[in-house]
Amino acid sequence: MSRVKYVQQDGAECVLEIGSGVSVMLAAVRNGVSGIEGECGGCLDCATCHVYVDEAQMGALPSPNDDELELLGTVAAPRKPNSRLSCQLKPPFPTDTLTIYVPEAQS
Amino acid sequence: MNGLVVIGASYAGVQGALSARDSGYSEPITIVADEEWMPYQRPPLSKDFLVDLATEDSLVLRDKAFFANKGIELVLGARATDIDRSSRKVVLGDHSELVFDKLLIGTGSHARKLPVPGADLDGVRYLRTMQDAIDLKAALRDATEIVVVGGGFIGLEVAASASKLGKKVTVLESAGRLLERAVSPTISEFLLDMHLQHGVDVQLGETVVSMDGQSGRVTSVNCKNRASIRADLVLVGVGGLPNDQIAKSAGLNCLNGVVVDDHGRTSDPNIFAAGDCATHFNTFASDWLRLESVQNAQDQAKAAGLAIAGSTGPYASVPRFWSDQYDAKLQIVGLSRNFDDQAIRGSIDDGKFSVFYYRKSKLVAVDSINRAGDQMAARRLIAGGISPAPDQIRDPSFDLKSLLKSAAGVGV
Ligand SMILES: Cc1cc2nc3c(=O)[nH]c(=O)nc-3n(C[C@H](O)[C@H](O)[C@H](O)COP(=O)(O)OP(=O)(O)OC[C@H]3O[C@@H](n4cnc5c(N)ncnc54)[C@H](O)[C@@H]3O)c2cc1C
Ligand code: FES
Repeated sequence: MSRVKYVQQDGAECVLEIGSGVSVMLAAVRNGVSGIEGECGGCLDCATCHVYVDEAQMGALPSPNDDELELLGTVAAPRKPNSRLSCQLKPPFPTDTLTIYVPEAQS
Repeated sequence: MNGLVVIGASYAGVQGALSARDSGYSEPITIVADEEWMPYQRPPLSKDFLVDLATEDSLVLRDKAFFANKGIELVLGARATDIDRSSRKVVLGDHSELVFDKLLIGTGSHARKLPVPGADLDGVRYLRTMQDAIDLKAALRDATEIVVVGGGFIGLEVAASASKLGKKVTVLESAGRLLERAVSPTISEFLLDMHLQHGVDVQLGETVVSMDGQSGRVTSVNCKNRASIRADLVLVGVGGLPNDQIAKSAGLNCLNGVVVDDHGRTSDPNIFAAGDCATHFNTFASDWLRLESVQNAQDQAKAAGLAIAGSTGPYASVPRFWSDQYDAKLQIVGLSRNFDDQAIRGSIDDGKFSVFYYRKSKLVAVDSINRAGDQMAARRLIAGGISPAPDQIRDPSFDLKSLLKSAAGVGV
């Protein structure tokens, strides 16, 4: 089990344990974490699962593939250097608890 | 108050219930579903699931606790057999009844059966549900020669998955090209090349006349034009039909699906329908359509959920669809039929391109292969009624998004 901490715009936090094969997006959708829509179910078709990864943890994650990079260019909230699509983030994570910040809008 | 009853717990049913709740509907909500599984993602069943990149667990869409938190009761393994409109009751398979104020039908679609002798032999399969996928995956493991009947989305995705597993695969398609109803000749040709390159034998203009078997198991598929093909597994993907029987027998207006308006309302003002089982007048196509896609099921159900909660928000989304085969991600926005001009962005040879379709100089649809950025821009362009000139499309240095900025405020 890996842990993910979701931090909302207003600072509200929620920690979920996620199993292997389940993405940061899917865990959020299943559990009703608001602000992550994941419309396409993780098929890299929607860009509605955009998140900001804690900057200090960013470097230890596997890099995005071409499709993710292209979609990151189309996200609704500002794209930052620590922007990722949460459907592509799956355990194991390099840290005990991966911290991600939910952006202000998805679509 | 008796509240909202929803039939079907997939994309349309779940989204409709959630949208009603989130838009302020405060009465009880009950979803009845004939499958035993928690609501799950269907598209990966023909793709990642078959090649062990997804599991039953990883496909679950929402947790039990999530429904409980929303005050939505989920009754799994219960089939709705009748709708009694005069007493506003849904009758279940065990003869119990659920009384409703509002009803949402999200019963989806089922696979069209192949009407040829031998099609009922063991080893002839269809793919619609999680159970179908579990059975197909087990059968695929043991099979060596697979025939796929139908060169549509499900057929081609299963062909790609089976070929990835190292199986010998033959695809039989009766039309002159692949995915004829959904994509243009340019995309059909690209997909054909790709399947051939992966060693899949694709026969166009070919139909199955019968199947032979031994001890009740399929052994070969007999074709109209060519010699029969040996097969120990046959996957039939020849289209879907709406699950609208229950609506029909309740006297609701149906026409290749339950007829709904742009709020998902059927001919009975208290009964709604959405998703694969529903037919609506699509403003982009200027025609009646029944779409089989996740996007349509969700967006139509959102409109229905809003109406159930007493607000309004019509269904006016541009149709969207995607498909994954081998390393190609095909994304479609809009409806390309009847186009009279097209422009290509990117390179077909590199397997990264988009085809922009025009009707009377208006951009009506875009198919992309591995060009997700084009696709996202295209969704906004079409939704906003913006038509870039074909020369702008062909010019790789032209930024499509610049057209969006100048028409700020346009959403998908
Ligand atoms: C293998 C496969 C791959 C696909 N790939 C893609 C893709 O890549 N992209 C895409 O956009 N779409 C894809 N689709 C289509 C997409 O899955 C459907 O459009 C979508 O699931 C429709 O949702 P729905 O809720 O309308 O119906 P469904 O998902 O069909 O669900 C209807 C549910 O209602 C239940 N039900 C029916 N009748 C009753 C009854 N009387 N009582 C109780 N329950 C009932 C059914 O058992 C089912 O669980 C794919 C479909 C399949 C089968
Ligand atoms: S969920 Fe659609 S791109 Fe991540």
